[in-house]
Amino acid sequence: MAAAEFETPKIREYPIIPRLQEGVMAHSKPYVAKPDFQEKLGYPGELVDNWKEVAIEKMGELTGKYRSLQVFLDSCVKCGACTDKCHYYLGTSDPKNMPVARQDLFRKVYRRYYTLSGKLFPKLVGAEDLTEEVLDDWYSYFHQCSQCRRCSVYCPYGIDTAEISMAAREVMDAVGKGQKYCNEIIGKVHVIGNNLGLPEPALADTLEGLEEDVEEETGVQVRFPLDEKGAEVLLVTPSADFFAEPHIDGLIGYAKVFHQAGISWTLSSYASEAANFGMFIGSYENMQKLALRIRQAALDLGVKRIVFGECGHAWRVAYSFLNTLAGPFDFLDPDYPVPQHICEVTHGLIEQGKLTLDPSQNDDMVLTYHDSCNVARASRMGDRPGGQFEIPREVIRSVCNHYVDMPSYSIGEGTYCCGGGGGLLTDDLIELRVKGALPRMEALKNVVDDYGVTHMAAMCAICKSQFSKVFPYYDFQMDQVVSVHQLVGNAIVLQPEEENRSEADQSEEAQDQAEAA
Amino acid sequence: MSVITIVFAVLFYVATAILLVFTAHKIWQYAKTPAPLKIPTTPAPTTRSGVVFRMIKELTIFESLFKSSKWTWLFGWMFHFGLLLVLLRHLRYFTDPVWGWVVFLQPFGKYAAFMMLAGLAGLWARRIFVDRVRYISAPSDHLMLLLLIAIGVTGALMTFVEHTDIVALKAFFLGLFVFNWSALPPDPILIVHLSLVILLMVIFPFSKLLHAPGVFFSPTRNQVDNPRERRHVADWATRLESTKTG
Ligand code: HEM
Ligand code: HEM
Ligand code: SF4
Ligand code: SF4
Repeated sequence: MAAAEFETPKIREYPIIPRLQEGVMAHSKPYVAKPDFQEKLGYPGELVDNWKEVAIEKMGELTGKYRSLQVFLDSCVKCGACTDKCHYYLGTSDPKNMPVARQDLFRKVYRRYYTLSGKLFPKLVGAEDLTEEVLDDWYSYFHQCSQCRRCSVYCPYGIDTAEISMAAREVMDAVGKGQKYCNEIIGKVHVIGNNLGLPEPALADTLEGLEEDVEEETGVQVRFPLDEKGAEVLLVTPSADFFAEPHIDGLIGYAKVFHQAGISWTLSSYASEAANFGMFIGSYENMQKLALRIRQAALDLGVKRIVFGECGHAWRVAYSFLNTLAGPFDFLDPDYPVPQHICEVTHGLIEQGKLTLDPSQNDDMVLTYHDSCNVARASRMGDRPGGQFEIPREVIRSVCNHYVDMPSYSIGEGTYCCGGGGGLLTDDLIELRVKGALPRMEALKNVVDDYGVTHMAAMCAICKSQFSKVFPYYDFQMDQVVSVHQLVGNAIVLQPEEENRSEADQSEEAQDQAEAA
Repeated sequence: MSVITIVFAVLFYVATAILLVFTAHKIWQYAKTPAPLKIPTTPAPTTRSGVVFRMIKELTIFESLFKSSKWTWLFGWMFHFGLLLVLLRHLRYFTDPVWGWVVFLQPFGKYAAFMMLAGLAGLWARRIFVDRVRYISAPSDHLMLLLLIAIGVTGALMTFVEHTDIVALKAFFLGLFVFNWSALPPDPILIVHLSLVILLMVIFPFSKLLHAPGVFFSPTRNQVDNPRERRHVADWATRLESTKTG
């Protein structure tokens, strides 16, 4: 295990901005990708000899391709407003985890090679040559950014450090210094279709097992269809939903929702992954290739709608990029947005009274809700700005009786990242993950102490895995994190006799219920 | 004609040319660089007019900065609003007759100097005393504030202590426009003021002062949140389109 011993930060009553401790996280680096994984994605296997030239040239290529990068590199005034906004700085005290300092690792090189002032007076304007130490710092600190965009909310120019991190990772890939975790996963999706490398038979097996479990528990046959042509909905969900806790309970929740609403749906073994790690490494090409699998699956299965399961970064790529990368989706039902979030679906059904819910089923819990960073700040739900905050909360409130929000600075657009997003959810970064979770843990502790909160609902595969892992470090139990659709699944009242009736009857009944309500 | 007049006349032509040409080049660069994906920081407006409103709030009340740091916001806003009033008041040196609303702003612009200087002092104090801000500051970040303070102080000295010959100064600038030079008043404070202003004009397009044009091009602020309704394929990304089926 590469991770050294470290101390879990102490939870304080009020968040305090730490004083700088230079270099304390310099040792935190993820494993480097092996040559064959690099090459599969079209990158050099290992650090190329002329890496400096390649890196500098790549930098220029990227500033020419992305307006965000060009404008952000030029515009920062070093006002410092973002310095205390990153959970990794708050949790580690390492100044290079302040968003602007992280950007500066990249910016100082940009200035040196691409600006007049940096060419003439490098010392004066903080420009620096690209050296091995700089590359080392890049590898370390651009893998200490979860691309959560919290900094971009608070910057007067909206400078988004995530964009810089993506560019830096792309440059590192181009010189042959890629990150193992992300690049291996992307390789698996290209070949097999999901992050786990779960092939079709294994997936079919898992789903069958789930059907049995649910039937045993509820006495109702709820289906988990795979590759069913002609289904109305293609559900694309993070592959963690197929096996991890509490993700899998979320998947059961989706199935129950579709079942009760009488919507026919299917998973695809070809596109069995919602997460798109192409974004984490800043690679448009990889991101697009992964997105096109979803388009292909939708075409092959002849579905009318695409719905995404609970996942944060995945929802960003789905909501913000899918149409651009893999559209137009004119072959789908134009009455529904493409894609839809499962919470939008459930929320709509609840509003129409199509779900029979018994919130008291969740009475053993007092809940709070963690806004996932990329849902909050990089996407939307529903048709109004901010729907991404209201819709999940409304869903939770309709299936639970006890709900409170965490302190306002830690939710909504100001939400703290779980500490494991953006391609950092790997054991070789455990110290970073634990420390980066501190701000969220403090906010949670707050409502645990004041309101007796027992569980935190999350709506992202990464958040759920991350919290399950880091909760014990902070004296919480790993099962205190739950899926939003786990709560929905708990509350749905399934009528055993329903299964023998045709779907038409079911939706008629739902109509009646809606009118009665 | 004095040497000083000739030197400053030439310097002003050169500085103006540098300022305009290179800033225009930067603006052109920002405008032509594609923004291949929708990346507004959400919640974001879903309409063009909503975006215009969001931008106006950023430009006038520094909305995001207000969310993040009240002190920086206060000092930053004092400085910029003060600067704006001062610059508007300066229009009287370059227009004949002076526009009515500039005349109206005169008294405000005069005292705005203090607001501007107080803001700059506050920003500099922050840069020196807050360890996080000190860490991210390069020498140029300090010098930029020093430069603006020096311009402000020399300006205020002329306004409130040691007046210069405004009529002659105005004749000098109006003369520059029509290439018919007249003498620049050789007052030392004015010479310092103008030298520093020339320096500011020259470094503008090569420094972080590019935030002024840059803010208009920031995709996280100026994009409409409508990616499900419309596609946004950059030119360079269209060649990747061919791999698609269906
Ligand atoms: C479109 C117009 C402009 C906008 C919206 C704008 C906005 C801002 C904002 C929000 C900040 C960060 C907060 C602060 O430190 O004050 C800032 C900083 C700064 N602005 Fe501007 N600005 C504009 C034009 C200008 C111009 C024309 C100048 C100079 C001649 C200028 C000089 C500065 C300087 C020097 C700083 C850094 C202050 C420091 O060191 O803390 N700005 N600007
Ligand atoms: C070619 C450009 C400029 C010229 C010819 C100029 C000239 C002058 C003059 C003659 C005064 C004295 C006004 C009086 O006695 O009432 C003055 C004041 C002042 N100047 Fe400038 N200036 C220029 C640019 C600037 C710039 C770019 C700034 C700020 C960054 C600035 C800041 C000030 C301030 C703060 C004052 C004192 C307040 C006021 O009278 O408005 N000046 N300037
Ligand atoms: S995007 Fe998130 S993790 Fe990255 S620097 Fe900004 S606040 Fe920190
Ligand atoms: S808030 Fe924006 S402009 Fe200010 S230091 Fe951070 S990145 Fe730079």
